[in-house]
Formats: sequence, C-alpha cells, structure tokens
Amino acid sequence: MNIKQISVFIENKEGRLKKALETLGNAGINIRALSIADTTKFGIIRLIVSDNEKAKQQLQKDNFIVKETDVIVVEIPDKPNGLSIILDLLDKGEINLEYLYAFTSNKTEQAIVVIKLEDVEKGIKYLEEGNATLLSQEDIDNL
Amino acid sequence: METMNIDDKKEHQLKLLQETVKKAYENVPFYKKKFDEIGVKPEDIKELKDIEKLPFTTKTDLRESYPFGMFAVNEEEIVEIHTTSGTTGKPTVSGYTERDIEIWGEVIARAITMADGTKKDIIQNCYGYGLFTGGLGIHHGGYKLGATVIPISAGNTNRQIEILKDFQSTILTCTPSYAMYLAEVLEKEGIEKEDINLKSGIFGAEMWTEEMREELERKLGIIALNIYGLTEVIGPGVATECKIKKGLHISDDHFYPEIINSKTKKTLDEGQKGELVLTTITREGMPVIRFRTKDITSITWEKCECGRTTPRMSRVTGRTDDMLKIRGVIVFPSQIERALLKIDGLSPNYQIIVTRPGNLDEIEVKVEATESLFSDEMKEMEEIEKNIALQIHKEIGIRVDVSLVESESLPRSEGKAVRVVDHRKFD
Ligand SMILES: [Zn+2]
Repeated sequence: MNIKQISVFIENKEGRLKKALETLGNAGINIRALSIADTTKFGIIRLIVSDNEKAKQQLQKDNFIVKETDVIVVEIPDKPNGLSIILDLLDKGEINLEYLYAFTSNKTEQAIVVIKLEDVEKGIKYLEEGNATLLSQEDIDNL
Repeated sequence: METMNIDDKKEHQLKLLQETVKKAYENVPFYKKKFDEIGVKPEDIKELKDIEKLPFTTKTDLRESYPFGMFAVNEEEIVEIHTTSGTTGKPTVSGYTERDIEIWGEVIARAITMADGTKKDIIQNCYGYGLFTGGLGIHHGGYKLGATVIPISAGNTNRQIEILKDFQSTILTCTPSYAMYLAEVLEKEGIEKEDINLKSGIFGAEMWTEEMREELERKLGIIALNIYGLTEVIGPGVATECKIKKGLHISDDHFYPEIINSKTKKTLDEGQKGELVLTTITREGMPVIRFRTKDITSITWEKCECGRTTPRMSRVTGRTDDMLKIRGVIVFPSQIERALLKIDGLSPNYQIIVTRPGNLDEIEVKVEATESLFSDEMKEMEEIEKNIALQIHKEIGIRVDVSLVESESLPRSEGKAVRVVDHRKFD
C-alpha cells in the first residue's frame, strides 16, 4: 500500500531546516522518518509524519512550499543483504527507483526503508508477490 | 502640421520654444531659480540646438512643487487638473488651460485618425476616468474629432461586453493588458469577433510587446496601435502610432523631443537609444522644460511610409531607473520577467543580483518557487532551474545563474518588489 510522504522546499541557508522542524514540533506532529536531499542552494526535506493534513497546513501557514507524494514503506527482512532482496524484487519488475532512505524504530529490530518509485502500483505488486512486508499508515503510526 | 516641411517646422518650433522658455522664466519661480543657478537666460535660445543649454526638470522637481508650484498662469485660467497616481511618493500635478485641453484633444484626435477613426465612429473608452489622464484625455480627443465617445471607464467587464455587442463600438481604448483580458473573457463566453464590431484599438499607459499586439489583433480582429504620453507633459497623446506600425509619431509641434544618455546627460544622435526628454512648446498652464521621462527609446526623423514628417520614437522598452548594463549588454528586468512568464506554474517574483567577483559581471536570478512546480525529486528541480536559465539566456543573451528560493522570501519594500540588487562598485 502506498503511504503519503510530505516534501518541503527549503533554501540552503542557516535556520531554515530548524524552522521547518519547529513548525511541525509546535503543532505536535511526530516525525517518523526524515531525509534531506540538497544542493548548495536548496534542499528538499522528505518526511513521514503522524498527521499529514495538519503538517501540510502548518507548514503552508509558515510560507513553506509543501507537496505530498506516494511512497512505499518496507520492512527490511532480517537476513544478510536484506535490502538487496528488496531491490532485486524491484529490478525484476524493471521498476525505476527514484530515491530511498532508511530509518529504524524502537519497536522493531528491523530497519525500515521509504522508497519512491516511478511506478508505485507496479512496485507494490512485485514486492507483495515477493513476500516483502509493506507497512500501512497504521503500522507506521504504531512504530 | 503632421506633414509640414522640416525646415518650416524647425522655424516654427524655435519660435514656440523661445516663447515657452520666456514664459516659464518669468512666471514660474522654479524655472527662474534653476536658470539663474547655471546662468542661462531665455535670450540664450537662438536656435533649437540651444535647448541643450537649459536645465532638466525631473519628477522630483515636480513633486517638490506640489501642488500648484509649476503653474505659469493664474489659477483662474486653469480649467482642469490631473495627477499621477503617486505610487512612489507624492503625486505630480498637471494643470490645463482651455487652450491646453484643446491641444490635448488635437493630439489625441490624431491618434484616433491614425486608427481609422472618423466622426462616424463609436469609441468605447475604458481608460479610467478621474485624476488619471487616460480617460479624459481620450474623451477630449474623441470630442475634438466629433466621434461618439462611450465614457464607460475601467472595469466591470460584463458591462463592457454588453456595450461592445449592443452599441457595436468600433474603436476600443484601454490598457493593453485590459484589452487582453477582455479578449480572453469574450473567448470564454463564446463571443466571436464577428459578434462585435471593433476595427481598431488604441492601447497605452503601460509597456507592451509586439507579441501582445499580434495576439490582440488576432483575437479581436482589430488593428492594435500604441499611444504614448505622460501626465507631467500632458497625458496620453505625446506620441501616437500610425498603421505602418514603425514607431510612434511624436506631435513635435507641441512636444519637442530629445534623446540623452541618462548617465552623461549628453544629447544623442538620431537612431541612438537613450532616455527621452520632452519640452512642451505650446502649453500655457504648465510648461515643462526638458522633462526627463526615464523612458528608453530612440527617434528617427525619416519620413514615414504614411506620409507624415513628424519624428517617430520606437516602442518604449524600458526605464532608465531599472536599466542594467551587464558585461556591456543592456538588460531590463522586464526581459527577465518575460522569460519567466513563458514557464508554466512559475510566479514572476524574482530578484536580479549583479556582482563582479573578478573582472567579469555575474548575474544571479532568484526566483520564488511555487507549489505547482515544486517536485520532491532533485533532478526535476534542477531541470526547472536549467529551463529558467535557458529562457532568460534566450531573452537577454547572457548566461545567468538561477536559484529557486522559498515563496515570499524575496524582499518587498512597501509592497513593491525590489527587483535589482547591484553589488558592483563603479568607483
Ligand atoms: Zn506613419
């Protein structure tokens, strides 16, 4: 199943990342996962949070540019080369991977990855056929 | 007047200039003071070229004379007053005698005639009526010609369209951007150009482009002509375009034009681009001597294919106060804006930052990102920056460094955007 990720555009200058995180913190929003892609000039913060609607609203109120994107959140199998198993499944389906980032949770031992695919539906199909553990929004909320 | 032999005209202009200078010196303390400061007397004007000895008048001068300090006649002789909007400070006031209004009507009547207008025409005048010179200026011109003027003023598009259809107006007068808006609404409502009866439009009061002209002509089925003027000098009608569309004929029997280099203030030759300077040579209420318009144009005295001998100025492409010289190339913020408008989903909120790290000028253009173009993928964002840089390069011929910045992050002073930051040191 697909999960909504929130992306925020920030200029690569002091205090902007902090400001965005403060906006979320002040609104009582929990950040489950976070990654930053940046150039020398700007950055994109990608976030999995507890309440997308509220997060979006609060960020927009503070003049941030926000976008929601469909991603997949997968638990990495507790085996050697766990991540490769996942990537092999996607390769088999010839599904292009745009980016991924990993995070861990206190509740499970496993690492969890957020994956952005060119074709989300197809990716879900191949991962499910390969018995990968896809997390739902509810699973994420309970992490 | 419009087809007068050039030598006869020069003689005529000299006489009028001498009278104007004398009147201004004797009746307006501002001019007396300014002339005395540099030791020039009205008698020093012996030929037209001597105008270069006279001091310039700037918008600041007019502002400091607010409200009636520049009037050269008793207030009882003033029959009408207009002002600028005063968006960047105190407004400037323009006072007209009965004869001034007649002259104003005359020069605008020329514009209407150039647009094929006669007393049989119905002019839908959607320039704003009021202190703004657009509405009443066109009104006086239509009146002078004997045409029917519909003083509908600006706004209320539904009513405009109803009148266009019901009265079968033949000439449209408004700003080019409003004409464009009207055309779009007509299109949206399924009203064909055959349902209305427009044959021409006289558009001015803001800068516009040849591309806009083509679009207006196609959409409305009209000839779209440019009109130029400014409140400080008289209002619209200083220069008006004929159907040849190769520049705007300056009514130089009333307004004497010069082109100067805005930095050195030296008068430039025919065809050279520079700042337009205007001197009124017939105005009674408020003569203006060597007014610096800040508008960039060039002038040709070559006889026009339409037969008129009046000088023609090229379409105004920029203002001296926002002109930049980058690596020797002249760049106007309006060009950057035009490039940005070509990209879907982009807001034209930008800032140009000029630096000279070594010996070469560098331009950075900061553009505010928008929700509609923001992507969570880096390569797409970099693609957008590249595309913006490409469009700007096409427009100005110089490579620029584009940076996307957060929305509403660019400085605005009193609601007006600060478009240019020049960090170069020229001393
Ligand atoms: Zn002509």
